[in-house]
Parts: sequence; structure tokens; C-alpha cells
Amino acid sequence: MDDLFYLGISTLAATLRLATPLILCAMAGLLSERAGVIDIGLEGKMLAGAFAAAVTAALTGSPYLALLAGLTIAAALSLLHGLASITYRGDQVVSGVAINIIAMGLTVVLGNAWFGRGGNTPDLNPEQRFMPLQLPGAADLREVPLIGPFYADVVSGHSLLTYLALLLVPLIWFLLYRTRFGLRLRAVGEAPAVVDTAGISVLRLRYSAVILAGLLCGLAGTFLAIAQNAAFQREMTAGRGFIALAAMIFGKWRPWPAFFACLLFGFLDAVAIRLQGAVIPGIGPVPVPLIQALPYILTVILLAGFIGKALAPKALGRPYVKER
Amino acid sequence: MSAHAGNLSPGQLPAWIDIGVLPVLNVAMALIVAGIIVALIGADPWEAIYWLVQGAFGSGYAWGYTLYYATSFIFTGLAVAVAFHAGLFNIGGEGQAYIGGLGAGLVALAGDSFLPAPVLLPLAVLGAALFGASWAFIPACLQAYRGSHIVITTIMFNFLASALMVYLMVDVLIEPGQMSAHSREFAETAWLPTMREMLGLVGIDMADSPLNLSLLWALICCGLVWVFIWRARLGYEIRATGLSPSAALYAGIRPARVTLIAMALSGALAGSVGVNEILGLQHRLLLDFVAGAGFTGIAVALMGRNHPFGIVLASLLFGALYQGGAELAFEIPTITRDMIVTIQGLIILFSGALAYMNRPWVARLYQYIATRRSGAGVPAHG
Repeated sequence: MDDLFYLGISTLAATLRLATPLILCAMAGLLSERAGVIDIGLEGKMLAGAFAAAVTAALTGSPYLALLAGLTIAAALSLLHGLASITYRGDQVVSGVAINIIAMGLTVVLGNAWFGRGGNTPDLNPEQRFMPLQLPGAADLREVPLIGPFYADVVSGHSLLTYLALLLVPLIWFLLYRTRFGLRLRAVGEAPAVVDTAGISVLRLRYSAVILAGLLCGLAGTFLAIAQNAAFQREMTAGRGFIALAAMIFGKWRPWPAFFACLLFGFLDAVAIRLQGAVIPGIGPVPVPLIQALPYILTVILLAGFIGKALAPKALGRPYVKER
Repeated sequence: MSAHAGNLSPGQLPAWIDIGVLPVLNVAMALIVAGIIVALIGADPWEAIYWLVQGAFGSGYAWGYTLYYATSFIFTGLAVAVAFHAGLFNIGGEGQAYIGGLGAGLVALAGDSFLPAPVLLPLAVLGAALFGASWAFIPACLQAYRGSHIVITTIMFNFLASALMVYLMVDVLIEPGQMSAHSREFAETAWLPTMREMLGLVGIDMADSPLNLSLLWALICCGLVWVFIWRARLGYEIRATGLSPSAALYAGIRPARVTLIAMALSGALAGSVGVNEILGLQHRLLLDFVAGAGFTGIAVALMGRNHPFGIVLASLLFGALYQGGAELAFEIPTITRDMIVTIQGLIILFSGALAYMNRPWVARLYQYIATRRSGAGVPAHG
């Protein structure tokens, strides 16, 4: 019984850790897509951000400079996405695919040229990384039954970036639904012509949304490279950008549902890791690939309209052409 | 033709600029950026190009590898192009190719003990096409009847294909007594003859390479796709839907049917990668044999402007980049094969996403030259 309790605690803690990059990227995708710009490139921006953060941390030793570098590079890629899909009205999906592939290749090319470790960056010391924080009283309360371990291991013990990700969800909800900027951002994804008629720049709004999305992806990448891990490894995002995209759709392009979808997908990931090789008596080995595939299966079922209807923003994917 | 050239409105350009000059310009820009990256990491771009060309075309062996890579890219490039003509973006080529390989492999595993090669091989080729088509057909149905976006569902199906293959290879099809996740080797009746064997029959000597009969099948597919898209009634419906769904609907074309047919065909073409990889080279089922060919298909289709002829040229370029890139990485160790992935991304960026970037200034330049030539301010004849 006790073992089961501690297994539950450690799974919940892992859920939060694994959900952090998903939450950040899902919020990124949400901002971009609510403004009408498809963002397939979450994966690539996160990967580039992770690489920039790991390189900067290795060279300067400062995790804060590393964070800055991660944010900058991911935002720069977002700017490229904006240039292609907003200014030059290119295909937004194609642009996202290009960014993913360029990030996948270039991080390894540069990493190998600079450090010669097959694309990985040097291992970082604890002081070069964002380490788990102990919240006040975590050690003292550990002995309290039930609540103690929960507080000490699930609530406490995460890196600064995880807490930041959790804080960003209500902030983004507030930004989207309670500010003038948010109202305009949502309007530009539904009916850009109306926004334009009101004398507000569609281009500027879409660029702001896309760059905010880049910053969030950079945060996610920084978390992966210098908080969850201690170095950059080739293709270390491993499809998380697409799971985040699925979570965003699963949450029907709304912050809180998307957040819970991220927690669900993070939980599935945590469970899958723990059940690797486990055997259910009488049934056989746990089908771990099935658990890992569940986020994708659930998203497809949702998209097919079997769990409510996921309606995308109306102007999603359509470049805005000003009438003359 | 030239009668029309004189009547071009300011936004229009003669066909040779749109089909010839602009695509070449876009690819050139991608390659220039790649050259700058090579220079930035301290290598000599010209030396890199030398080794790339040497590695891709320097010997019969190199040619064999280049064409072997190109074969897979022709399949995936055609797959993306057929869907593009219907106005659909099939990102799922990677997964469809994976499942196509599974189809070919299952037929081979089931029939290699009792079927002769002339019966087994066509069945296996059919198996690849059918499995690939069905993996594309599910997203197509969801798009046609449930309105789910094909880009998202095909991405999800790539991951599902990967999970399914891991499960099948690790738990079901694994060769008994083996640790690594691959099936038993097929009997030789399920091996697609190599080009070396085929050319040897007519007395031509060729270096040993993985190049196999799949190349012929790929070229035949190019011809079939051309006939289908530009000469068949269904192809017309596909193109009409791609150009203007509302006009096509008004003309009595059923969009759901077009989506299903275009995606099934697209999936069948992508699945045929399995013919080249599984029947042609590996002779057993294994993990990750597609190795990005599905995504390369996107670059190939964009560069080849969705036309079979352009796709063959673009596939040859990418085949050369893959094979030459391996040689290059050997000669200049600072440039790993990932540089080829980068170039692929750059080509998708410049030929696809930024395809319209150069058009305005090229149009202005053309207008300027045309006006100067006629000397009267009237656009000249092309």
C-alpha cells in the first residue's frame, strides 16, 4: 500500500516535469493559431531554443544568459515564420515544416562543428543549470502523513521554469480573454478584415502573436536542455512539439483545456516510462507502445468529432490580403 | 504564344520565368545559404561541393547509390505532388512509407516459402501500395466526412505508424532467438533483382550497389501519374478541386470522392518506398528504414513543382546530396550528413514557404527590360 502511494507521488511529480515543455509549447501554438497563423514549427523552435541555451550555458556558465539565448533564437525562427507566412503569404504549413527540418539539421551541424561530440553539447554543472527548487518547509513537512510527501515531492522540487510554465497558463488566459490585445488577437484569427476595418494593423497583431509563441517555445527548449537534462542531445525534443500541438487541438484552442490535455499527455508519458517491461498477471506484458500512442489516438478521435467538436479559428492558415 | 506575351498584365510573367527562372533562383538561394553555413563552421564551400559531386557521381558505385536514394524520393515526391494537386497537404508520407514497407514485408514473409518470384514479387509490390494507401485512406475519410484537418491527422498517423511498427517488430515479427528488432530474412524468391543483375543479363557490367528494379517501377509510376493527372478524367477532377473547390463543386465534382482517391493514390505511392527499401535492399522487416524519405518528398515535390519530370530531377539532386553527403562527411569530418538535412529544410523554405519572395523584383526587372527593349513604354513581346 505504501509502495503504491509513493509510486503515485513519484508519477505525479514526473507528470509535472514531463508536462512542462508540453504546456509551454501548447500555449505557444495557441497564441499563434488564435491569431490565424498555423504553427507546425513548435518542435523546431523548441529544438533550436534548447540548442542555443545549452551552448550558451556551456560557454558562459550562466543559466540566465542561456535562457536569454534560447528565447532569442526561438523568437528569431518565429520571425522567419512570420516573414514567410504573414509578409510573403507563403504556405504556413510548409514554412513550419521547413523550420522543423532546418532546426533538426542545423543544431547537429553546428554542435558537431563546435564541440565535436556527434551533435551533443558538453555536460553542464549544477550551477550552470536550472536546478529543482525546495519550497519553504518542504523538508520539515515531509514527515506529515499523506500531505507531507505530496507537498515535498509533487508541489516542491521542480525547477523555476516549471513554476513559470504553470504561472503562464492563467496569465495567457487573462491576456486572451481579459485584455484589449487579447480580444484583438482572437478577432484577427476569426475575421481579420473586420479588425482591419477598425483601423488596427493585422500584420502587427499577427507578428506579435507569432513572436510571443517563439518566446514560449524558447522557454520550453531551455527547460529541456538545461533544467530537465544537463546538455543538448540531437533531436532531443523527440516529437514533444507535435504532442503539444495535439494537446492544443485536444483543448480546442483554449488555455485551460489545453493545459489539462498537457497534464494528461504528461501523465501518460510518466506511466509509460514506469510500465516499461511490467507484466500484468494473467494478461501479459503491458502494451507500452499503445500507451505512448494514446495522445495521438485521442487527438485523432477528437478531430473526427467523436468527443465534441474541435473548431479551429476561422481564418486559420489564410494569409491576410488587404483590399485596395 | 508570343501574341499573349504582349498582353501580360503587370502581375503576370511569361511561363519561362515562372517555371524556369524563379524555381532555379529559389533553389540557388537555398544553396547559397547552405554555402554560408559551411563557411561559418570553418570549411571551404568549394571543396565541399567538389567532394559532394565526386561522392555522388565519381564512380559507377556512387551513381548506383545516388540512383538508389533517388528512387525512394521519386515515390515520396510523387505522393506529395498528387495530394497537392487535389489541394491537400499530405505530411504523412513518412508513416505511409513505413506501413507500405510492412505490407511488402508481410507478403514476402507469408509467401516466400511456396510462391515463385514472378508471382510473389508483384504481390509484394501490390502489398506495399495497398498498405500505404490504407494508411492514407483513414485520414482522407476523416477529412472528407468528418472535417478533421488532413495536415494534423497525417502528422498523428506518422507517430501511430512508428508506434505500431515498434510494437510489431519488438513483440510480434521479431526473429526468434534474436535480440535486435528485425524479422527473419526473406527467402531469395522475395528479393527484388538488383540493377547489376539485370544489366548483367544483357551483358552490361555495373558496379555493385543497392540500386534495384524499383527505379524502373518509380519511373513507370512517374508516367502513370502524368497520364492520370493530366490526361484522365479523374485527374482533371483532382486538379479542378485543387484549383478551386467551389468551382469544382459547382461543376458537379464530388469533393469527398476526390479527397479519398487522391489520398489513396498518394499513400500507395509513398508506400512503394517499401519496395525499394524492404524488397530491394534489406530483405527483411526492420525499424526506421524510411529514414526521413517521406519528409524529403515534400522538398522534392516543392522543388519539382509537382510535375513528374521536375520530381525526377529534384529526386536526382537529393539522391546526389544524400550519397555525396556521406562521402563529404568522410572527407571533411566537420560537415556531418546532417548538413544534407539542413539543405533539405532550406530548399523547403525557399522553394515552398518563401516561393513568392523573389517574384515582385523579378517581375519589375522583367518589365524594365521589356520596356527598354520595345523603347515605347509598351511591354515587349516575349
